[in-house]
Amino acid sequence: MNTVPQFDSLKFGEAALKLRSLRHELLSSNLVNADTPNYKARDIDFQSVLMQRLSGQSSTTSVSLDRTHQGHIQMTSSVQSPKQMFRVGVQPSLDGNTVDPDIERGNFVKNAFFTEAALSFLGSTLRTRLSAITGQPS
Amino acid sequence: MSLLGTFDLGTSGLVANSLRLNLIASNVANAETAVSADGQPYRARHVVLQSEARAGRVGQGVKVARIVESTAEPRLEYRPGHPLANTQGYITMPNVNPAEQMVDMVSASRAYQFNIEMMNTTKQLMLKTLDLGK
Repeated sequence: MNTVPQFDSLKFGEAALKLRSLRHELLSSNLVNADTPNYKARDIDFQSVLMQRLSGQSSTTSVSLDRTHQGHIQMTSSVQSPKQMFRVGVQPSLDGNTVDPDIERGNFVKNAFFTEAALSFLGSTLRTRLSAITGQPS
Repeated sequence: MSLLGTFDLGTSGLVANSLRLNLIASNVANAETAVSADGQPYRARHVVLQSEARAGRVGQGVKVARIVESTAEPRLEYRPGHPLANTQGYITMPNVNPAEQMVDMVSASRAYQFNIEMMNTTKQLMLKTLDLGK
């Protein structure tokens, strides 16, 4: 039987919002560079990246500080960077740019809409928990 | 935070495209200028756009890498009796192509609009985020 995976709704909301805002930035970047020669439009596979993040196997690149003295404390931190993929252009342009403003705009609006949806789901989860804590209907 | 970074991207697009519009205005205004500041006929100017990566960020902004003068052949106009005319009666006019400028202007103004729209959407999303849990 195909079961829907269950996640804590707060954790789910957080992961979804983070990814949505990351995709928002990527799609903005595509729109901003709509006239830049040789720029290639990029996007992420939202569903698979979200599943990866929720199951805790996100791809991270570790970044460490250079140490110039042995007394320095070793610090490493990791940056979560989902795999970016290039969009296949519908109408290739002569200057090597693969941004199709209509496609990017459609995706951008859709992504903004889903961000709002994620925000309202997360908001109602918070309100529900708050009313459970205080015992007052919200 | 990614949403805040979007404002930087939008701003870079606005700056680049307003410079582009500025140059188009200059080209159209000087379409008939036979003598420019350096004594030569005016040459059409274009921007060269380049994407600009930011450290630790997924999005790339855009910047004007440089401004180039068009290398197209100047237009020759037959005007005998004009003080600048050569021995055959032709004067050298700027290489501004009005049709090309119009197309470029439409493209630049659309890009400018896209950027504003994008920043407005981002602003709405950020305001929604501030209302979270209320």
